[in-house]
Parts: sequence; structure tokens; C-alpha cells
Amino acid sequence: MGPKRPGRNRRSPVKSLLLHGTLILASLIAIGPIAWVLLSSLKPGYAIQSSELTLFRDTTLANYSYVLTSTNFPRWFLNSVIVAAFTMAIGIFFSATTGYAVSRFNFPGRRPLMMVFLVTQMFPVAILIVPIYTIMARLGLINTMPALIIAYLTIAVPFCAWMLKGYFDSIPTSLDEAAALDGCGPFATFWKVVLPLARPAVAVTAFYTFLTAWGEVAYASAFIQTDNRFTLAYGLQQFVPQFNPQWEYLTAAAVLVTLPAGVVFFFAQRHLVSGLTAGGTKG
Amino acid sequence: MTTVTADPAPAPAPPGRSARPSWLRRSWEKHWYAWAMVLPVVIVLAVLIFYPLFRGIWLSFTNLTEANQVAEICTRSITGGEVCKDNPNKWEFVGLDNYLRVLTGEVGEFWQWTGTTLIWTFVCVACHFGLGLGLATMLNRPMRARGLYRVLLVLPWAVPAFVSAFAWKFIFNERFGLANAALSAVGIDPVSWFADRWTSLFTAIVTNIWLGVPFMMVALLGGMQTIPSELYEAAEIDGASAWQRFRSITLPGLRPVSMTVILLGTIWTFNMFPIIFLVTEGQPAGQSEILVTGAYRAAFEGIRNYSLSATYGVLILSILLVFSVFYRQALRKQGEVW
Repeated sequence: MGPKRPGRNRRSPVKSLLLHGTLILASLIAIGPIAWVLLSSLKPGYAIQSSELTLFRDTTLANYSYVLTSTNFPRWFLNSVIVAAFTMAIGIFFSATTGYAVSRFNFPGRRPLMMVFLVTQMFPVAILIVPIYTIMARLGLINTMPALIIAYLTIAVPFCAWMLKGYFDSIPTSLDEAAALDGCGPFATFWKVVLPLARPAVAVTAFYTFLTAWGEVAYASAFIQTDNRFTLAYGLQQFVPQFNPQWEYLTAAAVLVTLPAGVVFFFAQRHLVSGLTAGGTKG
Repeated sequence: MTTVTADPAPAPAPPGRSARPSWLRRSWEKHWYAWAMVLPVVIVLAVLIFYPLFRGIWLSFTNLTEANQVAEICTRSITGGEVCKDNPNKWEFVGLDNYLRVLTGEVGEFWQWTGTTLIWTFVCVACHFGLGLGLATMLNRPMRARGLYRVLLVLPWAVPAFVSAFAWKFIFNERFGLANAALSAVGIDPVSWFADRWTSLFTAIVTNIWLGVPFMMVALLGGMQTIPSELYEAAEIDGASAWQRFRSITLPGLRPVSMTVILLGTIWTFNMFPIIFLVTEGQPAGQSEILVTGAYRAAFEGIRNYSLSATYGVLILSILLVFSVFYRQALRKQGEVW
């Protein structure tokens, strides 16, 4: 190691090989499990459960057509989309307003609020379920989507507000002042000037809130009781009976579940690094 | 709540109209806005997090279960009316009984679960951070296909946790899993992963590491990009080796990010429910449970024991609070304002 001249753009072939080799290996590990599930989903059940492993065998889309037509999957999918979309929209709005308030205004209760956000991350979901269930029941929200949306917001908003606060901190306050001179109220300043500049962080928030709602199982299984209200994450558990999991349908369903998350990821990924940065640096 | 700073004197003028509002008035307006902006979140958190918390603390001193929660037992008489009488076994205050039963091991395996949780948390966070840092360092260099690597490496983050759990459970399947096939290919006997406490825990840890590295990597990569490149250039001119540059520029520059993500990662991993719950399911015989999953099973299998679940909740929260306080103090001592 240790070339004495500035050589960050030109590295030796060996080093280059090592670098790319490591990254390729890491990438393979990263996509491997998903790719394997994808390949398996194209095989019939007997091929999945055989101990002889092949990449392709009797390729078929039968698993997909079974999942899409013979189960309530499309309905669950729609439910999940609704829950995730609302969680995302409301989550972005409240995280942003809260993050902005905490970033810009030195109001009484600001520091305690930041601490509260951290402390909420410490509550084990499994333990909160019962008391939240009681509250939801009292509000008459059991077996409705708002119950899930509200519950997911409590998971996602504290972290997102924290992250957005960090990003807002990195936007110069001189912009706010200029907007105020132009006659913008604080909310207009936030909405028209600062929020558009925080697009990367908003993208990460969108990604995070969406994923929280999309993949959550515990609350969904506690609050939703009828089959036509299930979300995907919970509905899929029905393919996993205690003793005889239907692997072939599970693999196909897993792929179908991951696709929308992948789409959201695709739109958000450009912003992930820059969006998360400030949030991390300015805890 | 904001009236403390409110100035009663000035006549109510339309907001934004007065040419130069007094400082007090401006601060009142600011506070008003700030409070309005955080209020919805505060209300929701108060109702859904803090009310359950205080109720949970109270319940942990009672013996409330699904079976004894009703105060009155009502029976329908033939005439259609209801006859109610007091439930003789109604739940009641029991003091520290729950804590004693949990801590002495009368119910559940508190100490074993705590031990497993500590191992699980430490190994996972260490690997998350180490691998995340390594990959971020590599990705932070100019090179070909950098964007592609980044997308591929972040991909596991986009996979819902229960799908990842399923994918890895599938890979570690004893009969037709990829892991055993790979082992047989190099001449090692297949392992029945879920038959032993440590291999079972190993599968969960692998899953969780796979799941958690992208977040660390992205956060650290972001942190690296805020380090001014002049520092590196200066160090290179001074003849610092790559390792020296990493140690004296990258690591110190990453401190604020690292401290935050390590704390968050520790909290998240400590409470990581779905992975253990879905991948190992506590096999063999509950030996691979961590605190949250163990508590869940102890309290909710069979008759739901609300007071017991509250007791575990309070204990878990206490452990994490104590940890954060010490963590913060350690940072304070090093002059970090956080």
C-alpha cells in the first residue's frame, strides 16, 4: 500500500481487480437471495422442493397465475397500496412540518421533542400492540385501514422527522429570511421555498414511510380481521401453514410483493445518499 | 403553552402587515407556528406511544390477562334480561410480582434471552457498521460502474423484511436450501440449521446483516461525501498513505454520522422482531429467542397475558434507556455535543 504520488484516479491493475472483485462479490450477495427466490418462483413445486438444485427447471408461470387468480392476492395488493400510499403522503407531510419546526424555530419543548423521537424508537412493537389495539378498539378503528395508517405513522414519522430536520439544517436560513422579506409567512416559506430544496430528503422519507407500511406484519395481523381487508404482508402468512409451507406460491408472492417496493426504490435511490446524509450528521 | 412569551400590549394587527413587528411579537408568532406544525405529531405520539407506555407501566404491576379482564360476569337469563355479578377473579394490583417472576426465571427465560439479545445486537451492529464502512469507502472512490454497484448494494433495503426473512429461510432450508447445497458441493455434510441454538442464531444474524448493511452503507457514504476533498488532497501532497488518510481524515469526519447510526442501529436491532420471529421461530425449543420475540411468545401464546407483556416491555425499554444514557455520556466525555 501507500503509493507516494496522487493516484486516486489511476490505480494499479491489481488494486483495480481487488476493488471491483470485492464489489462484484458484495453485489452478488446483495442480490443473490432475491434472484434465487425469483428463479425458484418460475419452477413448479416439485422442482423447488427437490434437493437437486438447478437454475431453471420446467420453467412455468403457473405459480404466478395461481397467486393472482386463485387467492385474494389482488385485493390484498390493493389494500397494501392504499395503506402505503396514505402512510407515505401523510408521513411526508407531518415529518416535514415537524422537521422544519424543529430545525428553524427555537420553541419551548424543541429539545424534549427530539429526545422523544429517539425514545419512541426504543419501544418494542410487540409490546405496544395490545395497548394500541385497545385504543383503536375504543376509536372504532379495528379492522379498518386508518388503524394501520395511524400505527405505521407512529413508527415512521419520528425517524423521518429527525432525518428531515438534519437536512433542513443544511439549507441556509438566509433563504427563509429572503422569503420572509418577500412577504411569505412561515408556512409559505416552508412549503414553497425550503421543502422543494429538500427533495432528496423527501425522497428518502417517501421510501422509508412506504417500506414501513408495505412490509409490516405485526400490527396488520393484530388490527385486521377479515380476509378482504388484509394487507399483503399479512395475507401472505396464509401460505405458511405450520407444517407444510407452500413454497412455490410463497416465492411467486414474494416476487410480486417486492416489485412495487422496487419501483419506489428505483425513484428514490438517486437521492438516498444525499438525502440521508444531513440527517445522519446532525443528530 | 406559548403565551409565556406573548406580548399582550400591541393591538391585534393582521399578520405580516405591520412593518417591523417587535421582537416579542415575532417570537410569539414563531412559537405559534412551530407548535402548530409539530402539534399533530405530538398528539399522535402522545395517544399511541405515551399513553400505552404509562398504561403499560401501570399494567406491569397488575395481573391482568385476557381471562380476568372483565369486572363483571354477565349471564343472559331466560327472560332476556342480563344478570351481572362481580367477577371474583377480577384482575388486581400485585406489586412487583410480575418483575420477580420474570427476573427469577419463573416465567420465560429472561436471562437467556437477554444474553442472546446482547450477542445478537452486538454481532449484527458490528457487522453492519464494519461492512457498511468498508463498502462505503470503496464506493466513495471514482471508478467505473459505481452507480450500478451502489444500486445493487442498496437493493436489500428495498426488500420488505418479511420477504427477506422468507428468502433466507428458504436458503437455509435443510432439505432443498441453497446453503446446504453449497456445503455439499465443497464436501461438507448438510447442516440442520435450526436444530442447534448457535446455527439457528447464525441464520438469523446472516439475514439481519444482509438486511441492515445498506442503511449503514448509505448513511456512511453520505457522511463521507460531506468531508471536504481538499483534506484528502492536502494529505496526499504530504505523502499520507491510503490507510493514514482513512484513519486521520475519513474516520474522524464520519464521527457524527457514526455515532447516530450506531445508536439507532443498536436500538433497531435490539428490538428487531420479524427476523427472529420468522426465520428461526425460536428453534430449537425457544433457544434462539431474543427478548422481544421471547416476550411476545411468553405473553401471547395461549391466554394473552397483558400484564406480563407490559412487564417485558418496561424491562426492554429500561435496558435501552440505560444504554442510551451511558452512550450519550460517553460521547459527552469526548466532547461531542449530541
